[in-house]
Amino acid sequence: MVSGRIRSLHPLSQSRESAKGANASSYQVGVARLRNASCRPRRRFFFGKSSFIYNPSATSTNMSVKKIQTDVQMKRALTRISHEILERNSGAKDLILVGMHSRGVPLAFRIRNLISSYEGQTVDVGSLDIGLYRDDISEKPQATMKPTDISVDINGRIVVLVDDVLYTGRSIRAAMDAINDLGRPSQIQLAVLIDRGHRELPIRADFVGKNVPTSQEEDVAVKLAEIDGLDEVIISSPIT
Amino acid sequence: MAANVLIKGGRIIDPSQSIDEISDLLVTDGIITEIKTSIDRPRNSDVFDAEGKIVCPGFIDLHCHLREPGEEYKETIQTGTAAAAAGGFTTVCAMPNTIPTMDNQSVVEYVLKKARETAQIRVLPIGSVTIGRKGKQLSEMSELAKLGVIGFSDDGDPVEDPNIMRQALSYSAGLNLPIINHCEVPALAEGASMNEGWVSNRLGLKGMPNSAEEVMVARDLSLAELTGGRIHIAHASTVGTLNLIKAAKARGIKGTCEVTPHHLTLSERLVMGPTEDSFVPLARNAYDTNAKVNPPLRNQSDVSAMVEGLQNGTVDVIATDHAPHNEVDKTTTFQDAAFGISVLETAFGSLMTLVDNGHIDITTLIKKLTADPAKFLGMGIGNLKKGSNADITVFDPSETWIVNSQTFLSKGKNTPLEGTLLKGKIKATFYKGRKIY
Amino acid sequence: MKLTTNDTNTRKSIRQKHILDLDALNQSDIELIFENTDSMMEVLNRGIRKVPALRGKTIITLFYESSTRTRVSFEQAGKILSADVINVSSDGSSTKKGESLYNTALTLQAMKADAIVIRHQHSGAAYFLAQQMESTSIINAGDGMHAHPTQSLLDLYTIKKHLGTISSKKVVIIGDLLYSRVARSNLWGLTTMGANIVLCGPNTLLPQDFQDNRLLETNHPFRNIQIEENIGTALEDADVVMALRLQSERQKAGHLPSLREYSRRFGITSERLKVAKPDAIIMHPGPMNEGVEIESDVAHGPQSVIESQVTTGVAIRMAILYDLITGNHSEKEL
Repeated sequence: MVSGRIRSLHPLSQSRESAKGANASSYQVGVARLRNASCRPRRRFFFGKSSFIYNPSATSTNMSVKKIQTDVQMKRALTRISHEILERNSGAKDLILVGMHSRGVPLAFRIRNLISSYEGQTVDVGSLDIGLYRDDISEKPQATMKPTDISVDINGRIVVLVDDVLYTGRSIRAAMDAINDLGRPSQIQLAVLIDRGHRELPIRADFVGKNVPTSQEEDVAVKLAEIDGLDEVIISSPIT
Repeated sequence: MAANVLIKGGRIIDPSQSIDEISDLLVTDGIITEIKTSIDRPRNSDVFDAEGKIVCPGFIDLHCHLREPGEEYKETIQTGTAAAAAGGFTTVCAMPNTIPTMDNQSVVEYVLKKARETAQIRVLPIGSVTIGRKGKQLSEMSELAKLGVIGFSDDGDPVEDPNIMRQALSYSAGLNLPIINHCEVPALAEGASMNEGWVSNRLGLKGMPNSAEEVMVARDLSLAELTGGRIHIAHASTVGTLNLIKAAKARGIKGTCEVTPHHLTLSERLVMGPTEDSFVPLARNAYDTNAKVNPPLRNQSDVSAMVEGLQNGTVDVIATDHAPHNEVDKTTTFQDAAFGISVLETAFGSLMTLVDNGHIDITTLIKKLTADPAKFLGMGIGNLKKGSNADITVFDPSETWIVNSQTFLSKGKNTPLEGTLLKGKIKATFYKGRKIY
Repeated sequence: MKLTTNDTNTRKSIRQKHILDLDALNQSDIELIFENTDSMMEVLNRGIRKVPALRGKTIITLFYESSTRTRVSFEQAGKILSADVINVSSDGSSTKKGESLYNTALTLQAMKADAIVIRHQHSGAAYFLAQQMESTSIINAGDGMHAHPTQSLLDLYTIKKHLGTISSKKVVIIGDLLYSRVARSNLWGLTTMGANIVLCGPNTLLPQDFQDNRLLETNHPFRNIQIEENIGTALEDADVVMALRLQSERQKAGHLPSLREYSRRFGITSERLKVAKPDAIIMHPGPMNEGVEIESDVAHGPQSVIESQVTTGVAIRMAILYDLITGNHSEKEL
């Protein structure tokens, strides 16, 4: 005789009480579907070419999009930045590149690879999320936080922060606070691909790929192959 | 004010005389004098136009907590009876769990005096079974009977000791008065605040199973058989109780039972809050203390069984178990909240949903509120016979209204039906010919 | 390093303003909490464990039931995030009809706290509090027998951390299910994340409506839960074994003849664990009755993740506090 039995909660025919009962899992799936829908990017067609628009402010108003850097131009800028970093710091010793989530991270890796090909030295790379350090939560936050990953000791090192676009400077201030909580670097330097002006704090970049004057209604977006499938920098302006 | 009124053109339903016709009804000096198709209005008489409405005897409530003396912050005899009148009731029986208990002459006299002075309707006292409702010593039933108590109950609590119950049944049999018992085995219901079932599991609340009621019902019916006493099961709520009563009646035991409007219409699901679906997440308004009552709202199958019992006669009467509470006692965690629902003003409207859905017919409903309670009391009320007191209720069976507890005349605003749309509204209530609502 | 597109302008947060129980969180809510927890775990591994995320925010812990570990966990979570944490405890005897809870609620509402963490011995207390509050987020740290969502979230996170995923894993919950709010919350959480659940315990400690299948509706969210009386069969190929604490009050209330018999029938021993998967993990919400529901060598053995549950607890609570207080919550009405 088998001791013990497995009982499943088998479905019974519908009782009167359950007549209006909703399927709980379909309820949850339904909601999940709704969430994903709101995150899907919209396709727009300009000049016969299709390009994905990631500019959230473009959802309700009409924006015109202009490419301001091609992939070749981006590559040249990064090459120059890598050389400048080496020149300024007399080599790769004690350097650590810290990319800021999200697009600063692949940029940091590219710079590391470039430095590696010039100096033969592999520089440490880390990633930094400033979600917990913002002074104003609503200022262009990332959708999700990723953990900060800096696995080496930064005490006494030269930290080069890497980000895609420098704008108000608040993200960089938050990044510096975060770095200080992790240790005491000897220096913090900043490398950005695009500097679009409109600083709200006394912060400047040490290494700049391209200076782009913009108005505040415009939006600058850097696309990277690692995340977006292609390399380019676009600027979206509202059509008045 | 003269108690003369001519009620014109209403559909008169009097189950005690099997009348169901559109007629006029004449009241003279507070007594019903005539029911005829067309009555001329006498001089000195008011007229009430009852066209399109139903005219029936005033409802009788065998189970009502008026809270006075002792808990006047919850309700007084005045507010309670005003609420009763608004609900179409012209007679209520006051339960003795007042402070002090109605276990002796002076307290009962106080209640009767207060009723004479402040009540708008008939108030009949119920004495307690034991002193202080403590379940140890019988109260002086004979003395209380002289004052006109219609029965004895320790309601609020059961008579726990079987021997005391036996003695009580035996003793009261000699007075031909019933023992009305709140059947609940304390050991099975300890710490419980609602019905034991899937809802209590969902909410993580300790529940009392149907057996907590049924075990004591079985005990009491057996003791009634033994002693020949009259046992009346207060607020029956489970299908098992009905089965026991049915079987007992078949054997000639003097057992009767009452069911409340909420046990005929509402199920345990209400405690989860006013959610439509069973399994959606609990909202902030779950754990609705307005749905906390003893005996608790039961499973849907029990509710259906009670309705069936109403139609087939197993259920003898409908009684409200009106239990008003102050907000203070209800605005707290579910476990701490007081048990009870303020029923008088929603009773009729909620019962009419049963008629509307075709579960019972209107005559049966009226009978269970009038003729049958009168029969239980052994009094000549609850009917529209010539020469009877003009206790009359007029209602519109199709008027819809929304329950708003803030407009209740009762001090107790504790109802789970807040905001519900009901169909069937009391339009007028007459007590001894005087229009009191 | 996994790189994702996250280009929406608003930060994702869970939909509700309160964490009252896991029946209200769907899979993406839970996964979002896990992602935030990952970040918090990194903070906990630093030398200086402090970030300014909740600076200037006020968190009140309201514990009507004494509990050192959970309260300290929340307090630590709040303080690492630089919030001001205020502890209010009551002696727990609610003889005063819980008026105190209502009045306390009104006072707290006037103080405009950002979040209140409440533990109370009555089921539904957190819901009652949430009803009184307008803008404060309420976190249920345990209400009576009903729910303990933060414990369940940390259990789910622990499973994911050790096994990589929760979906399709066989999770066996053993012990006093009737009185366990942790078990109830876990049933919701595990069901949402797709686990296969097996319940094992004495009949007297199993909710009645699970036993006699009275309640089986085709859309019942727990319809796939299996109930097994024999612990050997229950543990076969288990991925996760969750032990529930057995309190001596259960014996006094007549549910069990003795703790000894319980332990003989349902105790988790290394012998019994041999039929589980070799990399199965053993969990316990604590505090443990070693020798009753779980043997000491299992509790401190290589498969036990019980100690790591404590650190994870702080991280999960940090993630929850962070998200509730600083996030945008689309569904205001819970």
